[in-house]
Amino acid sequence: MENLKTELKHKIIEVLNLEDVSVEEIKDTDPLFGGGLGLDSIDALELIVLLDKDYGIKLADPKKGKEIFQSIDIMAQFIENNRTK
Amino acid sequence: MMKEIFITDYNCVTPLGFNVNSNWSSLLEGKSGVALHKITENQEAVYASMIDSEKLNEEFSKNFENQSFTRLEKMILLSLKPLIESHPVTADTALILSTTKGNVSLLKNQTVLPEGAYLAVLAQKIADFFGFKAKPIVVSNACVSGVMAIAVAKNMIQAGQYKDAFVIAGDEITEFVISGFNSFQAIGTEACKPYDKNRNGINIGEAGAAVYITSSPSETEKFRFKVSGDSAVNDANHISGPSRTGDGLYASIRNAMAEAKVSSEHIDFISAHGTATLYNDEMEAIAFNRMELQNAPLNSMKGYYGHCLGASGLLESIISMESARHHTLLPSKNFEEMGISQPLNIIKENQTATIQYILKTASGFGGCNAAVVLEKC
Amino acid sequence: MPQWYWKNVKMNMMKKITACTLENSKITVDGNLIFESESNTFPEFAKEAYKNLELNYPKFHKMDSLSKLAFLAAEMILKDGDHSRTALVLANKSSSLDTDFKYQESINSQENYFPSPAVFVYTLPNICVGEISIKHKMQTENAFFVLDEFDENFLNNYSEQLLRSGKADKVLCGWVELFQENYKAFVYLLTL
Repeated sequence: MENLKTELKHKIIEVLNLEDVSVEEIKDTDPLFGGGLGLDSIDALELIVLLDKDYGIKLADPKKGKEIFQSIDIMAQFIENNRTK
Repeated sequence: MMKEIFITDYNCVTPLGFNVNSNWSSLLEGKSGVALHKITENQEAVYASMIDSEKLNEEFSKNFENQSFTRLEKMILLSLKPLIESHPVTADTALILSTTKGNVSLLKNQTVLPEGAYLAVLAQKIADFFGFKAKPIVVSNACVSGVMAIAVAKNMIQAGQYKDAFVIAGDEITEFVISGFNSFQAIGTEACKPYDKNRNGINIGEAGAAVYITSSPSETEKFRFKVSGDSAVNDANHISGPSRTGDGLYASIRNAMAEAKVSSEHIDFISAHGTATLYNDEMEAIAFNRMELQNAPLNSMKGYYGHCLGASGLLESIISMESARHHTLLPSKNFEEMGISQPLNIIKENQTATIQYILKTASGFGGCNAAVVLEKC
Repeated sequence: MPQWYWKNVKMNMMKKITACTLENSKITVDGNLIFESESNTFPEFAKEAYKNLELNYPKFHKMDSLSKLAFLAAEMILKDGDHSRTALVLANKSSSLDTDFKYQESINSQENYFPSPAVFVYTLPNICVGEISIKHKMQTENAFFVLDEFDENFLNNYSEQLLRSGKADKVLCGWVELFQENYKAFVYLLTL
């Protein structure tokens, strides 16, 4: 699970173009949205694509994104439970 | 003293017909071009307003000998032809094209950029066909392009650059655009319902449209609409989400109406953008209320034509002018129950009305907005 | 007097306050070299320029190349002064084709079909104008044109109408052309 969390942090930085952010700066329990990363609605949509592309998870209801992307911890847990890749 | 600028002719090519009369008849009967279509092979079918390609080719063959045009070019050429037949092109005639993606379908599986994908090349091909001397201008400002193109024509004629102008518009349904809007979760699961409580997204549409604009209308024109005011102000908020307080749209409407020297009570009809996304329709309600326009009869035409992107602003302006000519307000199709936080006077059925002042608005990606006031003379 | 005479007289009444050019990994303002990079590619040049100019605007990294180009050029001109009444009028030849091409790649294969919303949003050339508006909070008139080549006359005439009709006090006007490694920005501030 720790590997997944680190992997997620790397992916988020890359996919969302967070050039000035390091993996260490993203804490497992920090809110991803509404926190210091400055993520917006387009980033939320990109994370939905990430779930599909890298983990084979298609969100039936995209509005669920808000719950899943609350933090790295919650996101990693969701992926562990639902991944098909 | 700025010259007065008039629209005195127009035409359109849509799923509801290849000329304005057939479009108007269909609209009066409440017909819609929206239907379920499979656009991308391995993807789900979507509700979209699509022109029948066979009928388009048939109509095109009747009117043009040369067949080496893309599907989009055929749509635009067919809309423009009758206008050119009535108003000859001179050295001082401008050609202004409104399109968001042009021939983007040419990009599929290409490793090198095809010439035809350039918007200026598309415009030049049309200009060359009809013998325009002036270099064409393309307005590519997302979904407000069609409304803006009218304003650009007005601007350039008043600047003395041209004596008259043909404003044309076209955008096509493509895998490119459908997949993109899908990635935004913006496409509705049924025929779109602007302003409705149960709205859940857009239907993509396609159309070709053309309008003739001049500062010296002839006595034989069937009608004239003065382009009295225009403005296109950015929200300066977000590149894909509209300002929650409708800042840019409010400012565009305010400026356009100020230039036209009209106030809210004068507006007889609003042709709004109404894409049926949660955020757009809500933003519009706020902007219209800020301008005290909540009582002006209003509709969105997206229920009839889907969202035709770069063609929408021009097509919907044409239908607005048709409404004025026929003294008939058309309902905002598929609207049933109020789903916005502030009131709007949404037209629910065909209504007889005197329409002198039309307010046409649009909003788009990039935070852009545009408004134009058209006055029936 | 012939038409061209009056057009010239009118142009003389407008003032070009400042101009910025971006090409060949160089940024020049009013003829003065502001920044030069050793890098060969536009993305590297843009990144270095961003760091060197200490722009401190993380959204920059999410932009596509066209928006970065327009953004940097505009930044040189807009950083000082009040631009709450400055319109934005930009144009190019390739519209958003650089990004369109990239986006198309993400949908070419049925097996690897993952359209990206972050890329798709940039498949409209006017987004670059939106990015400038957002950064500088300019709720002002804006327009994006696609032309066969840089037509200064057309852009100036259009801008002049905006100024004369009172819709703006200044116009940030110019050419922001980019397709892969061919790029040039020439952007300037106009006033009556």
